[in-house]
Amino acid sequence: MLILRYAIYRFGTMLLTLLVVSALIFVIINLPPGDFLSNQIAELKSTGQSAGVAKAEFLRKEYALDRPLWQQYLIWVGFIPGPHGFSGLIQGDFGWSFSAERPVAEIVGDALWLTVLVNLAAVGFVYLVALPLGVLAAARSRTWVDYSSAFVGYLGLATPNFLLALILFYYGHRYMNLPIGGLMDPSFEGQPMSWEKVRSILLHLIVPTFVIGTSGAAAMMQRLRANMLDELGKPYVETAIAKGMSPQRMLVKYPLRVAFNPFVADIGNLLPSMVSGSVLVSVVLGLQTIGPILLTALKTQDQFLAGFVLMFVALLTLLGTMISDVLLVLLDPRIRYEGREA
Amino acid sequence: MTVLPDGRYVDDAPFDPHAGLQAVERKDLDAPAHVLVWRKFKTHRLGLISGIFLLLCYLMLPFAGFIAPYTANERFSENLYSPPQAIHLWHEGTFVGPHVYAMTSEPNLTTFQWEFKPDTSTPHRLSFFCKGSSYKLAGLVETDRHLFCAPDGVTVFLWGSDRLGRDMFSRILYGAQLSLTVGLIGITVSFVLGIFFGSVAGYFGGSIDWVINRVIEILRSLPELPLWLALSAAVPSNWGPVAVFFIISIILGILDWPGLARSVRAKFLSLREEEYVRAAEMMGATPGRVIRRHLLPNFTSHLIASATLSIPAMILGETALSYLGLGLRAPAVSWGVMLNDAQNLVNVEIYWWTALPMLPIIVIVLAFNFLGDGLRDSLDPYEQ
Repeated sequence: MLILRYAIYRFGTMLLTLLVVSALIFVIINLPPGDFLSNQIAELKSTGQSAGVAKAEFLRKEYALDRPLWQQYLIWVGFIPGPHGFSGLIQGDFGWSFSAERPVAEIVGDALWLTVLVNLAAVGFVYLVALPLGVLAAARSRTWVDYSSAFVGYLGLATPNFLLALILFYYGHRYMNLPIGGLMDPSFEGQPMSWEKVRSILLHLIVPTFVIGTSGAAAMMQRLRANMLDELGKPYVETAIAKGMSPQRMLVKYPLRVAFNPFVADIGNLLPSMVSGSVLVSVVLGLQTIGPILLTALKTQDQFLAGFVLMFVALLTLLGTMISDVLLVLLDPRIRYEGREA
Repeated sequence: MTVLPDGRYVDDAPFDPHAGLQAVERKDLDAPAHVLVWRKFKTHRLGLISGIFLLLCYLMLPFAGFIAPYTANERFSENLYSPPQAIHLWHEGTFVGPHVYAMTSEPNLTTFQWEFKPDTSTPHRLSFFCKGSSYKLAGLVETDRHLFCAPDGVTVFLWGSDRLGRDMFSRILYGAQLSLTVGLIGITVSFVLGIFFGSVAGYFGGSIDWVINRVIEILRSLPELPLWLALSAAVPSNWGPVAVFFIISIILGILDWPGLARSVRAKFLSLREEEYVRAAEMMGATPGRVIRRHLLPNFTSHLIASATLSIPAMILGETALSYLGLGLRAPAVSWGVMLNDAQNLVNVEIYWWTALPMLPIIVIVLAFNFLGDGLRDSLDPYEQ
């Protein structure tokens, strides 16, 4: 019951945070001078196409771009009615993309769940790699296992994501015949789900997952190693060994369980940088996630599209952080349920 | 000094086997903190080497134009995508000093590429402290002296040339000027903001603390890169390279301060209860003075270490932004801008040297990481 209350409390703070973030994003989106439509109007006027001007003026009215900024914000979120009643993010109307001349929801469509998929895969990769390697590096500390994993970890932290992506793509294609570009075979795009499509997506996921997850896995591994080393020096470990417990069993049964908590808590710290990484890597590798959409939207000042994508990215990180917080409380009964007072 | 019956000399002073040890220890205890930190840091081999390397890199920056044989945007239209040239010392078994061979190019009509081959018949000696195209030394003194250059009609492209026939080696040196200073400016911005908000929140507490703390939490929970992208998309495209450079580094710093502010705040929360703080307050010191004179000096070293660890993130950030075309733009030369040319995988496969700017990035980022680790480890000199 307590855990439910904590989850609800945590959800409430997340919603509040999201509200603040929406204001922040709206301000950032509107920082560039002018907007897509006024640029278009200026361009059309200079080339003397009056028909287009009328259309652009109509769109400006339609999406309330002629009102003051604070009203635009409230309409965008859906707190006050726009020209057509309440239709903002809250009501599920994501707005209109001026450059593509289609609703935002239609453009992002598939990209949303593919983004979630890529990020989930990366988180899974981080756990899958960091857990055994971190434990191994701690158990065999100051041997070649430890040193070589530390070396790989440092290299993973220092190599820019997008370069790693290019290199791996090239060699993956050349020596292991991994597919290049995109998240699925072009022939599956827009097709309904099938086993073949799933297989194609999984194959395409290998390189992006590796690239996005590497730096996170390296950081996580080093922290797990440090935590494990702290635990291994404690008297209860000595007691367990003295009583004749086998080292492997002892390792998994006691120190790992204690060292595991920061492991879960960390995903909250790691997630923002991983989502960042996935945006960058998606652009470089041409994955059909929201990364490339965001980049073009920002370059063309397509404000509703860019705003929605930024909101979605923020929501993704906030949700992930919330889930990790709730999981942590489930795992570690020592943590208090109330908000922590500093 | 006494002479023993068997002729040996013996010192009269009483012998204390631990005297040497104690002397060192006493000196240790009396030495100022920076001496102790330095002494411990010296034992951290990797950190020390990285530190010296970084120092040399930064000292090199004003003289990049001198070391580079060409200027950043000097074009050789005959030598597009020319492969790296080696500097030889011996020519056909005889020593002629540092020289290069001229590159001859001929079109390959099956692959439609220019093929470059060194013409090894005649060595062309490099000249040193020679006159080349003019540049501004340290941005101030106009000069045309270069450390080394090739004779007329011959090129010296140590790391090849790019698609416009510009020397990669020279461009990497010029690029370092922007790529390495972006991190410094960014960290300054982040430092000022972080220390200000962190100390205000930690020292005053209460509702100010609550507000600042929420802001920190919100900013920390957001992915950086999309926000960087959005902010740099807002930079007007008609601004000059210098203005864009400054605004980009400020953008990098603006999103970095929350982490620093958080650690400053945590430290202040515990330090403000100390007696010396109370004493200073009793004697009528203003909050500003207590923060600046009594609290901050306590952990500047700690702050420096954490700054060293966050500079690489900024260097990588600038690279990523420029790579995506939203950071620094073309007449400016930075490693990210150079890598922007290496976006095409096919290009990189044929002309592998266009991807060379990634090497300095990796090396510099690694060096900053090692230096930061070393500093962090040696900051507590009394701990073994």
